[in-house]
Amino acid sequence: TLLCNYAALSPQLKTTIDKVVTSDKVVLFMKGTRDFPQCGFSNTVVQILKSLNVPFETINILENELLRQGLKEYSSWPTFPQLYIDGDFFGGCDIIVDALKSGELQETLEKAMCS
Amino acid sequence: MGVTKEEVESSLTSKLNPIHLEVIDTSGGCGASFEIKIVSGQFEGKRLLERHRIVNAALEKEMQEIHALSIKKALTPEQWKQQQDSENSQATV
Repeated sequence: TLLCNYAALSPQLKTTIDKVVTSDKVVLFMKGTRDFPQCGFSNTVVQILKSLNVPFETINILENELLRQGLKEYSSWPTFPQLYIDGDFFGGCDIIVDALKSGELQETLEKAMCS
Repeated sequence: MGVTKEEVESSLTSKLNPIHLEVIDTSGGCGASFEIKIVSGQFEGKRLLERHRIVNAALEKEMQEIHALSIKKALTPEQWKQQQDSENSQATV
């Protein structure tokens, strides 16, 4: 399975993910869509982003198994949702909730919007 | 099959040597799902993302079968002590 995991992120897929995570300031890879989240963790993050009034792009990883496996390796993060801000991996649901409470999320988003 | 709470606890204990560990099984029948609160000296000087990465790495084998993992707390022993002190002082008021 280790070989299998490593094979998930081909150079072509990495290039594609590079483009996708930089295509918008805020990109959320999630289960479902912003209007139809299919998991509580994904829903939590969508609601947080909506409440902060930032424009964000969502990508449904349930529709693309190759992307789903590749992303886990790309970010070294095993679960979804995965939030990218300004092309950088920011974290999963628990980190986003904590960062919201501490103000770090708002700060990072403001910085990204102004850059 | 899936992963048991005991397996999660034993992997975290052996790899991160926590001074406090809470693993709660939160699966509602849809597969192994856990909530974790952990206090370890290995989090010293690490940001939250790195701390979560350390926990994820310690559970690398289990993650393949875990349906949902929520890391509610990843504290250093010092942060843990501060948190307990403030809870205690609130309790005694």
